[in-house]
Amino acid sequence: MRVTIKDYLFESRLFMRRSVQALVFAALLIAALIGRLVYLQVLAHEHFTTLSDDNRIKILPLPPNRGLIFDRNGIILADNLPSYRLEITPEQVHDMQGTLDELGKLITIRDVDRKRFDKLRARTPSFKPVPLRFHLSDEEVARFAIDRHRFPGVDIVAGLSRHYPHGPLAAHALGYVGRIDERDLQRIDASNYSGTTHIGKVGVEKTYEAVLHGKVGYRQVETNAEGRVLRTLVRTPPLPGENLYLTLDAELQHVAEQAFGSHSGAAVAINPDTGGILAFVSQPTYDPNLFVNGIDTDTYKALRDDDDQPLFNRALRGQYPPGSTLKPFVGLGGLEQGITTEHAHTYCPGFYQLPGKDRRYRDWKRTGHGTVDLSSAIAESCDVYFYDLALSMGIDRLHSYLSQFGFGQRSDIDISGELPGLMPSREWKRATRHQPWFPGETLITGIGQGFVLTTPIQLASATATLAKYGQRMKPHIVASTQKSDDPSLTPLPNDPLLYIPIEEREHWHAVIEAMHEVVQGRHGTARKVGENAPYQFAGKTGTAQVFGLKEEEKYDAAKLEEKLRDHSLFIAFAPLEKPKIAVAVIVENGGSGSAVAAPIARTILDAYLKMPETP
Amino acid sequence: MSPYLDSHREDASRRDWQHSLHLDAMLLFSLIALSTLGLFVLYSSAGGDDQLIVRQGIRLAIAFTAMALVARMPTQWLERWTPWLYGVGLLLLAAVLAFGDVGKGAQRWLDLGFVRFQPSEMMKLAVPMMVAWYLADKRLPPSPAHLLVAGALIVVPVLLIAKQPDLGTSLLIASSGFFVLFLAGLSWKLLGGLTVLAGAGAPVLWHFMHDYQRQRVITFLDPEQDPLGAGYHIIQSKIAIGSGGIFGKGWLNGTQAHLEFLPERSTDFIFAVLGEEFGLLGILVLLVIYSTIIVRCIYIATQAQDTYSRLLGGSLAMTFFIYIIVNTGMVTGLLPVVGLPLPLVSYGGTSMVTLMAGFGILMSIHTHRKLLPT
Repeated sequence: MRVTIKDYLFESRLFMRRSVQALVFAALLIAALIGRLVYLQVLAHEHFTTLSDDNRIKILPLPPNRGLIFDRNGIILADNLPSYRLEITPEQVHDMQGTLDELGKLITIRDVDRKRFDKLRARTPSFKPVPLRFHLSDEEVARFAIDRHRFPGVDIVAGLSRHYPHGPLAAHALGYVGRIDERDLQRIDASNYSGTTHIGKVGVEKTYEAVLHGKVGYRQVETNAEGRVLRTLVRTPPLPGENLYLTLDAELQHVAEQAFGSHSGAAVAINPDTGGILAFVSQPTYDPNLFVNGIDTDTYKALRDDDDQPLFNRALRGQYPPGSTLKPFVGLGGLEQGITTEHAHTYCPGFYQLPGKDRRYRDWKRTGHGTVDLSSAIAESCDVYFYDLALSMGIDRLHSYLSQFGFGQRSDIDISGELPGLMPSREWKRATRHQPWFPGETLITGIGQGFVLTTPIQLASATATLAKYGQRMKPHIVASTQKSDDPSLTPLPNDPLLYIPIEEREHWHAVIEAMHEVVQGRHGTARKVGENAPYQFAGKTGTAQVFGLKEEEKYDAAKLEEKLRDHSLFIAFAPLEKPKIAVAVIVENGGSGSAVAAPIARTILDAYLKMPETP
Repeated sequence: MSPYLDSHREDASRRDWQHSLHLDAMLLFSLIALSTLGLFVLYSSAGGDDQLIVRQGIRLAIAFTAMALVARMPTQWLERWTPWLYGVGLLLLAAVLAFGDVGKGAQRWLDLGFVRFQPSEMMKLAVPMMVAWYLADKRLPPSPAHLLVAGALIVVPVLLIAKQPDLGTSLLIASSGFFVLFLAGLSWKLLGGLTVLAGAGAPVLWHFMHDYQRQRVITFLDPEQDPLGAGYHIIQSKIAIGSGGIFGKGWLNGTQAHLEFLPERSTDFIFAVLGEEFGLLGILVLLVIYSTIIVRCIYIATQAQDTYSRLLGGSLAMTFFIYIIVNTGMVTGLLPVVGLPLPLVSYGGTSMVTLMAGFGILMSIHTHRKLLPT
């Protein structure tokens, strides 16, 4: 025992006093606590009740099912397949690396997936789910389901994924959907797209995005803080997107694509009566399915850097000199504008000289065509005749007449990304080159060379317009829409754009007859193509010169030779009397029009005219 | 048995069982009421997880047993062991820093091979015991020199624990030591001076804080700034309590708790579950029980017959209060988020045993009194 002298009574009183003080201190703090509780539970009760309700009730978007795309016979071209994707909500994952490693044991996670996941994660708020894998197999879904409890914050989400069952078929017309990116976000109504992951990126998928997408629905759900849905309180179903029926004929499209073989080029077949696109070919093509869930870099690079540029939509964006395919239109202009007549003769010595100039403008036939009139000039594709005619017309009249057919303008076809081509004029040259127009330029414009550029869609549309004696229909690829709950089709309105004024119907007839001579006459440049055709038709060959290589293109002897070869063109329509199809074909570096492009056009015509009439 | 251990046998007959078991009825029944209420709240917060309730029941049984065992030990024994307990505790704390296991980013555990041990728990009792032991034979109020030594006895373990880092426990131990000094008659002047010093020392303390500790202070000052991050706990618990209102949403009907918006709802934030489901009335019931326990403990301390018992008993009572006020203050958003459980309600083991051992000491103090002539 320790012994100290202590004043026990004093210390006892001191302790008592201090105990009371301590209790008072405690009482004050407890009073403060109660005050706080009264504030929270009585005064601010309403406020917190609202917050509590907000907490557990969330509005979740229900993305609408995207409309399907069918060809004109109901063959499905763009479909939705059920698919499962794996999403991770980063906020709820404590050890991301560990989670990913563990997940990797259950399902395949490629480097590409990881990279995309990391990229998306960096720009997504951490409470929002980020997709890691798309298109999980049933096995993977099952494996994950068993072990799901080990992965808080990781979820499998069922959804529909766009699928193009025919792969590359008509890819350039259909386009594809892809994940919504920042650029898309700027042009869409974000609330209508909450819950939607994909959006039309190019082609019909893009043009008809508003129709295909539909309207978002909502689900009021009760959730826990981890965001797992416990039950649904209110459900407003989404309005599915409308289905599209195209004017395109999948079978014809297939035939046309096959006809190109290994050639690069484009072909557009159009129904002259309606402007409906029957085939829309840009070769080579690609598989749009690759783009739906993000193409991997290597595949994309391979496609992008391919010398044949499969991603380039030639039918819509390829701007080619029309070459001799322009001649029927120039000839018609000469007749209609009273500059020449059907029977006016021109002598072709194989070259042409502007008065007082030395320079000789060559005819493709060095020996010359001799004396030609309009009909034989078109049939034999005499350049000299058209040099002379063009000069007589002058660039102004040439420009104004050809523009009526849509040359140098966008056709406004319902596939996005079209380029306008070029129909040169004095004004254009002054504005862009700050130079006056030279007569020599008028000459070569007359044979579809020089500045003039057309796109295949433009050329096909002009051909259809010619076939219909000036009735110009706006080209379009979507015929009708169909609501998801109503099997009936609603045709899209398509009024004729305009009628080209006709001076003399006989002029048109003459030009068309001349084009008939091209393929089925004795001297026609494409008479071989017209052989044994069970129907009468009209056509015109064209050969467009390719001017030098671009500077940045690599030098490759074999390739160079091919790339310097002329483009081969052919326009045609059939049958002659009651045209049902007009077509424009361009084969890049194919050489002469009659050799390569014409047979492709014939194949397309044959295939189409053999088909049973559609109502 | 030493003769004075049996001296109480002549106590009044109605207190027979209390004295033979060395238990205090009022304290015991209050603690039982508290743990029972705690089990109900826990059952709800655990979402009907029976296993959790069974485990908590087992822990409570162990803790009450520990209390009963400690209560049987005469305070003289405890006093004698105090320096040893404190010394061993200090060594173990140093050992933890040197070889301890890292759990949740903090070194608190010492793995002895057969059992994982948290020396800081032991210090919760050893520090007030040591300070009381040191002051027991000194003249009170203590002289500045004695205060300095006593201060050192407190600060060394507190710093060792803060370095683990375990802010909650070090705060608790500091306050248990402080209350010994306060009850021993620490002068108000000195107390004021220390407060000013603490205010001045805050920036220094800030400098030594871990990022997560700083974050807690920032979060405390403005929880709304990061509603999905650091401020989430506080915001959600305020919503839970506030939406409970006066009468509460009813047992098992707390949406915040059951929808898992409330984090740590079975442990540190269980008070919010109580507030949500039982409302202000439920909380008042809890506070009444707590207050009964504290007042009873202080009463026991004032009735104690030696300085050591008085100081230790009073300090344990006030530390229990600090537990309560820090936890409820945190959950209601009055105080920063400091990881302390709500005593005897929160789910959790070690701290409960320590706590009940503390009540055992108080019961021992009360039931081992020598009968003095009045």
